[in-house]
Amino acid sequence: MVTLVLPQMLGVGAAVRRAGSVMERNAAALKSAYWVVMISGVVEPLLYLFSIGVGVGRLIGDITLPGSGAVIGYAAFVAPAMLAASAMTGALSETTFNFFAKMKFVKLYDGILATPVRPTELAFGELGWAMARGSIYSATFLLVMVVMGLTTVPRALLAFPAAILVGFAFGGLGMALSTYMRSWQDFDLMGSAQFAVFLFSGTFVPAEAYPSVLRWLVELTPLYRSVHLIRAIAVDTVGWMQLVDVGYLVAVTVLGLTVAGRRVGRLLCN
Amino acid sequence: MSGTDTGATPTATTTARSTGARARSWFGPASSVLEANLTAYRRTWRSSVFSSFLLPLLTVLSFGVGVGAYVDQGVGGFSYLDWIVPGLIASTALQVAIGESSWPVLGGFTWQRTYYSQIAAPLRIADIVGGLLAFVLLRVLASAVAFLAVAAAFGALHSGWAVLTLPVAVLLAAAVALPVAAFAATIRSDSYMVIVFRFAVIPMTLFAGVFFPVESLPVTVRWLAYLSPLWHGVDLCRAASLGTTPAWSVPGHLGYLSLWAAAGWWLAVTRFRKRLIH
Repeated sequence: MVTLVLPQMLGVGAAVRRAGSVMERNAAALKSAYWVVMISGVVEPLLYLFSIGVGVGRLIGDITLPGSGAVIGYAAFVAPAMLAASAMTGALSETTFNFFAKMKFVKLYDGILATPVRPTELAFGELGWAMARGSIYSATFLLVMVVMGLTTVPRALLAFPAAILVGFAFGGLGMALSTYMRSWQDFDLMGSAQFAVFLFSGTFVPAEAYPSVLRWLVELTPLYRSVHLIRAIAVDTVGWMQLVDVGYLVAVTVLGLTVAGRRVGRLLCN
Repeated sequence: MSGTDTGATPTATTTARSTGARARSWFGPASSVLEANLTAYRRTWRSSVFSSFLLPLLTVLSFGVGVGAYVDQGVGGFSYLDWIVPGLIASTALQVAIGESSWPVLGGFTWQRTYYSQIAAPLRIADIVGGLLAFVLLRVLASAVAFLAVAAAFGALHSGWAVLTLPVAVLLAAAVALPVAAFAATIRSDSYMVIVFRFAVIPMTLFAGVFFPVESLPVTVRWLAYLSPLWHGVDLCRAASLGTTPAWSVPGHLGYLSLWAAAGWWLAVTRFRKRLIH
């Protein structure tokens, strides 16, 4: 019995170790310009927070959240949504653009898959790296939110794992999507679609402000579910719908990773 | 008269060919570079419709209509939608111009290396830069016309002067495309371009008076907005579209943008020359 089970157990440990080596490679490959690009990734959501949240917020004043009826300042309304959106863009850009470049041009994955690393472990490792980056961005953004008085420390501590979950969901989704991309034009299309979804994701106005057909479309998007989850945590209006949000994001993560692992294997290991 | 006419009337080109002298017209060779750019554009124009027309339109809807419903008292006596539209026309012109003069120019030097084939042809550096500029300005004009038409359909234009947003958009485009092209001719890796985007272009589009008045910014930061070419374009476009007087003098705005364009031209030509002719 033990001789049957033990190899499987050792297998899992070895799989985690191999995924870890894939992550380690990414850290070792960082060069100076890439560091600045990485660090600058923190800046962009903060810019949106200051310009739209504070700048436009001066024109709006307070917003009443439909559903819970809580009244909050516009900056406090926009900030958690910007956290979700930046978790999304960080995870997506790392797992689509970089993933695609490494697979098709640098031919990195051909080399990695010649080692004992398996395609699913490769997917996990790449996603783990994307999440390591994303968690630094999220933590910094949450710190700024607390300093600006837009949320409290305990709520920020709860919002952090939520942001990580959002990152995993979009990371898995991004990897699955990028295995279907054929050229750089597909990326432009994806970037445009991402921005379009961002404009209508309940970030700048509540989803209830939209006409009903658009509103239900918006409610189905992963970005809206992420915004819904993180805003409820940051503003302290958590309810049962947030469990639905968490389940949705977990499902997206699992689906994305399964598809990505299988397709990378099919693309590179036939 | 018809008896002596043999149809061999000398024209400028036949004279040039027959004498072998390279009598270059001022714009002629640059027009062939423009033609090359337009031919390449036939492949990619569909995706650019999305990014330079549909996305700005969606921004108008999301901010102008969506957020605008929450801005009760409007801005400066106008609804938020009417106030934001001219700013977005200028901002779109800037983004189209920079989009065409950043990665495509970088590609022309590092990945596709088209400029090396262009310089091997009897083209001067000024022709290459001129053809690129002409292409960028045409694209910006097309997207500005489309945007203006949509704005008119939304009823967001308040004055006949709104037509002047078109030349302002073109001047703004020249003012930003040339320095960015010069920068792209200097760098070898696109990480530096990402840095310019993150730390210069995106802050400019967010803080130069497109989404909220520049006067809301603290004084120390406001001068940064005043230095940006986008703010000058936004102020002019907004005054033209709403029929108000601009915050600064019109010659002042135009002079500043022309200065950027002239300096950008000089930088682009010298950098292109340094890269292409060792």
